[in-house]
Amino acid sequence: MFPASFDYYRANSPEEAVALLAEHGSDARILAGGQSLIPAMRYRLAQPAVLVDINTMKDSNYIIQDNGHLRIGSTVRDTDLEFSELIRSKFQLMSDVSNVVADPIVRFRGTLVGSLCHNDPSGDWTAAMLAARASMVIQNGQGKRTLSADDFIVDSFTTAVEEGEMAVEALWPTPSARTGASYQKIERKVGDYATAAAAVQLELNEDNSVKEAGIAITAVSYVALRVAEAEKLLRGQKISRELIKAVAAEASAIADPTSDGRGSAEYKKEVVGVLVARGIVQSLERLGLKVEA
Amino acid sequence: MDITLKVNGQEKKLNVEPRTLLVYALREQCGLKGAHVGCDSSSCGVCTVVLDGKTPVKSCTMFAVQAEGHEITTVEGIGGGANLHPLQKAFHEQHGLQCGYCTPAMIMTSYALLQHNPKPTEDEIRFGLSGNLCRCTGYMNIVKAVKQAAEEMSQTAQAAD
Repeated sequence: MFPASFDYYRANSPEEAVALLAEHGSDARILAGGQSLIPAMRYRLAQPAVLVDINTMKDSNYIIQDNGHLRIGSTVRDTDLEFSELIRSKFQLMSDVSNVVADPIVRFRGTLVGSLCHNDPSGDWTAAMLAARASMVIQNGQGKRTLSADDFIVDSFTTAVEEGEMAVEALWPTPSARTGASYQKIERKVGDYATAAAAVQLELNEDNSVKEAGIAITAVSYVALRVAEAEKLLRGQKISRELIKAVAAEASAIADPTSDGRGSAEYKKEVVGVLVARGIVQSLERLGLKVEA
Repeated sequence: MDITLKVNGQEKKLNVEPRTLLVYALREQCGLKGAHVGCDSSSCGVCTVVLDGKTPVKSCTMFAVQAEGHEITTVEGIGGGANLHPLQKAFHEQHGLQCGYCTPAMIMTSYALLQHNPKPTEDEIRFGLSGNLCRCTGYMNIVKAVKQAAEEMSQTAQAAD
């Protein structure tokens, strides 16, 4: 199928993009990687009257280490992250996701910032953003504001980005050396939506008790969810098999999946807990630790 | 909208609607039928072409206007007839196809893969091609073909050094 007609503009800078968005209001959409938007337009699920192409913004393809964060520009492709030695060695959760999001060809076009803005209920990056406590910088005609993942992710396919605004960069906190992470995803085939997936990031104290925990699940509700109760259970505790069971149960409890060809709601609810448990075990293994009985 | 791009080394001036997908511009305006249209949902990869020499893209998931000022390489551009590219030759010799529908895209994805990783392991080939569907072969001979081409190409590269 062919997308509906639209007017096409190219932006050379975020300022130009924001001005075009302000001029065309709710009819306008940003075109970044286009790997979700173009299929949606082909199915006529999206019919924007105006597309503002930001692939022409030459200065937005940056990955910069800055003040405890990684700053990821709006046109950074998933493969820029997948092939980055820095990401592989220091940003485990991001590295995991960059190897399983969509498929290898789509990753050459798809962008992290664009995927977060699309905010698909089955999105991989949204779950990772929640678990990693990343934030988003949003620009409009007046200036910039920064929102935490919790405030950025609003509802299915809805973020806090408003009319006349665009997300210009993601801020991803640099994990400490005592941080282990893991992304666990089940999919029917490469490139399909996840049946269920879980993002886990654990920072440990010197005595191996949990200092900070990030647990998020995706493809099991109307939007990716942070499992706050599970994080609370983990904080301050040493990880045992019993604790992992309790944490997994919290994830299953808040999951509200729908039955489809990928599995029954009952199955997905169960399996997302299993994925959280596996994520915790792998996070610890990556720190050279084993779970005590 | 008038656009100028390079296709298989030749400059092309095309007039397209903004909504024209790259694959249709290639097939219908440039007469290059190597990039196929399969799933209509960015899932199957049979429309894969190479952007700017080493980036594989699904040409059904990119607008032709986005290719302005860029270079596109299709399966017709890497070799043909008596001058087959090592990948084309290897797919032929290893029988890396049955119906052939996915073949041009398998070759173009492999072409890009070998630019990024000239000596891939079998696992790396399978991982790299996991966005391309083939419903005939079971992939065995496709993987063998890529392996053969990689070997031949690295020998040629060594000989040139």
